[in-house]
Amino acid sequence: MQSAIELRGVTKRFLTPSGGVYTALRDLTMAVGEGEFCAVVGPTGCGKSTTLALISGLEPASEGEVAVFGKPVDGIADGIGYMFQADAVFPWKTVVENVAAGPRYHGVSSRDARDRAREWITRVGLAGFEDRYPYQLSGGMRKRVALAQSLINGPRILLMDEPFSALDVQTRSLMENELLGLWAASSASVVFVTHDLEEAISLSDRVFVITAGPGTVKSNYKVDLPRPRNVAEIRFQPHFIEIYEEIWKDLKDEVLVSYERQKRGAA
Amino acid sequence: MRSLKVQGLRLAVAVVVLGGWQLGAQVSDCNTAGHFCVVDKFFWSQPSDIGLKLWTWITEGTDLGPIWDQVLVTMQETVGGFIVGSILGVIFGVALGRSRLLADVMGPYIKAANAIPRVVVGALFAISLGLDIKAKIATAAILVFFVVFFNAFQGVREVDRNLIANARILGARDRQLTTEIIIPSALSWIIASLHTSFGLALVGAVVGELFGATQGLGELIYAAKNNFDAAGVFAGMALLAAIALVAEALITALENRLIRWRPPVVTETRI
Repeated sequence: MQSAIELRGVTKRFLTPSGGVYTALRDLTMAVGEGEFCAVVGPTGCGKSTTLALISGLEPASEGEVAVFGKPVDGIADGIGYMFQADAVFPWKTVVENVAAGPRYHGVSSRDARDRAREWITRVGLAGFEDRYPYQLSGGMRKRVALAQSLINGPRILLMDEPFSALDVQTRSLMENELLGLWAASSASVVFVTHDLEEAISLSDRVFVITAGPGTVKSNYKVDLPRPRNVAEIRFQPHFIEIYEEIWKDLKDEVLVSYERQKRGAA
Repeated sequence: MRSLKVQGLRLAVAVVVLGGWQLGAQVSDCNTAGHFCVVDKFFWSQPSDIGLKLWTWITEGTDLGPIWDQVLVTMQETVGGFIVGSILGVIFGVALGRSRLLADVMGPYIKAANAIPRVVVGALFAISLGLDIKAKIATAAILVFFVVFFNAFQGVREVDRNLIANARILGARDRQLTTEIIIPSALSWIIASLHTSFGLALVGAVVGELFGATQGLGELIYAAKNNFDAAGVFAGMALLAAIALVAEALITALENRLIRWRPPVVTETRI
């Protein structure tokens, strides 16, 4: 199987405002297969989000290679969707204008873009809210707008940076189930960054555990739970719990390291 | 109910201030030494005289011609300067905000130019552009420019990085980033600056008229001052204030139209 995404020996360093060098990722290697749903888990500040920035082309790698469908990443490529952790829908555009933005940037006429946007708005369950502004929507609804905004471009790769972390538990599992449904209907490869191991396992085919920063892949686990899944119920299955315990053993150490560091940093 | 209370109190403030002024002027006798004197009518005039002056201007016209012509001339200068200054301010603010190089190169010059008391360039414009409307527009524009420029610049700098990243991922090119993300985002800053800068445009127009003019409210005030006509000075000020209030209302209407996407403020803080 061809890898949709490949990172080989990737290191990413940032200049801090005080002039120092901060290493976010060190010698990270991972591959995501075509159509695969991968989750990336790790303690806070381990460089999970940086991984997505590198794949998307928003940030260049300091060392190593990043390739998407066999081609080295050099700037932002087409065919990538990205859901940000924070709200990134445009506050001055209505729901339909927000969703239609992608096609319009790709040269589709305004009318056609709106027609397509309306279809997607219905698909994510927001029919009737086309002309609202984001401030008039709930947090969950804004996430639906962001999801439609990313999916309308028909991405072959979907990058998601803790997209549901700000939602309440009920809204969250609803959104997760809808995401799985929409993903199954597409053929996109997904990289889903989260700090929540339960969320990672219930959604994905494979879980990468990242070490406390500078991040590198500690281990990766195949999640062989059957699909279609119901996120709200799958976590009670014995096999789910087995997988969870296995990965948690790995993740726990990293979380402790990161926690100790933060405590020392604060002291 | 609340608005009725506010209106009532507003009226009360006006009555107390103007009434106190009038009363003070009435009971004072400042021409005889040793007599009670709080408000000297000669220097400070009194509301009734100012009202009378305004009435005379309206019914009989001023020394410079009909009062509406004076108002119109000053309005033209103000609005002209306001528009020119705002447009240039937005263009330069957005350009420098978008380009790091340009900002680094031009930064010191703009800061230096901003530090000069800019009304004095009005004198320069009076020499170079003559005594007609051009010099006043230029003076008003230069006052407006810096306020709008700094706000537009800051507004562009403050654009949420996530929104830019999102737009780029969705396929926006540089030009689309500017028109669809940067400018709408900076618009709340820019519009906020328009409230202050209209007042400055009025200052520019009036100061421009002081440097030499044949018409306008500034010239009218200047002429009144030369005649020791305090009531004339106050009457001119009252007209300027009226213009500023009308303009403020228009700008607020424009703001509400352009920034419909902003959540309404929970508590009304604006005066």
